[in-house]
Amino acid sequence: MTAPAVPPRRQFLSQGAALTAALAIAPGLLLYDFARARPPGEPASSAVRWGMLIDTTQCDSGCSACVTACRKENALPEPVRLTDPQWIRKVELEQEGSGRKVSLPMMCQHCADPPCVDVCPTGASFKRADGIVLVDKHRCIGCRYCMMACPYKARSFVHEPVTDHSGATPRGQGTVESCTLCVHRVDRGEIPACVEACAREGHQAILFGNLNDPDSAISRRLRSVASTRLRADLNLDPGVAYEGI
Amino acid sequence: MKPLCLLGRILLVIGCCLVLPAGAHDAMPPLDIGQGGKCVDDPGFMRLNHMKLLLQQRDETVRLGVRGGRYSLAGCVDCHASKVNHSVLGTDRNFCQGCHTYAAVKIDCFECHSSHPRPAMESRR
Repeated sequence: MTAPAVPPRRQFLSQGAALTAALAIAPGLLLYDFARARPPGEPASSAVRWGMLIDTTQCDSGCSACVTACRKENALPEPVRLTDPQWIRKVELEQEGSGRKVSLPMMCQHCADPPCVDVCPTGASFKRADGIVLVDKHRCIGCRYCMMACPYKARSFVHEPVTDHSGATPRGQGTVESCTLCVHRVDRGEIPACVEACAREGHQAILFGNLNDPDSAISRRLRSVASTRLRADLNLDPGVAYEGI
Repeated sequence: MKPLCLLGRILLVIGCCLVLPAGAHDAMPPLDIGQGGKCVDDPGFMRLNHMKLLLQQRDETVRLGVRGGRYSLAGCVDCHASKVNHSVLGTDRNFCQGCHTYAAVKIDCFECHSSHPRPAMESRR
């Protein structure tokens, strides 16, 4: 018997645990959950539901790193007209009376009961098993009914021909598109580009993770702090929650 | 007369067997297959069935989230983009455009998808 050339499994695991501990901001609290890449050939599972928790108290009104990162990742053109595609935008809110100001990023809320899916006449608008709401552009006829149904104005229509195909997501004229929660990255076990950019800027206002896992950082935080779902009165059960509004 | 007729027929059949396939082969457009190499399946099978394979995998990837499939459009482009213009489109010698022009079949994949190899593959070429 010859000794194995690779490090023993136990040693590899302990190194991994040390790395994880180093990335934790406090004992038991991670910056984000490590999404594990699914093995090739395996479909998305409903055991997972991806979601975000946005801490508006950490979101800087002068910062738009998430918007820039999204545009770069998906090769979206610089918006010139009001009708140009916009997957994520910064919104400034001011409370009447007190004048308290809040800044937050707005994007597709990845509802559990998405109205965009209900109204789509071709089945192009759909919710993946892991809760990510997407547009199957192969089936989209560009009727824009989903854009009207969405209470968050999260979707855009591609009016102009697409010349830059360098983005991670294929895009084309005549179809509707919106935030994909960076599905291509999530499937590789990475976090969305906006979450990464926010952390890089030092704000760490966006927590991304699995809502179905009670031990995930996002689930633990949702249990411990007060959070709000936008237009909760519509009972759409959005996957994105906000705290501090 | 009868034996001659039979001989004539046999010669005609043999002649057709020899001439027709050669003719069909000559009419195939000369294609720039780029890097080429070993395809994910038999080239003859791919020529006949690539559209069905791509359609099947596209639905599984987009709707079910299955990644790492064998018949990927980006995979076709990575291997078959021309080394001249780094694309599968452009001229009637380019891999996708050449054959689709020959077969008079509209190709609309590249209105949304990239016709250039992925950056990681480009650096390896």
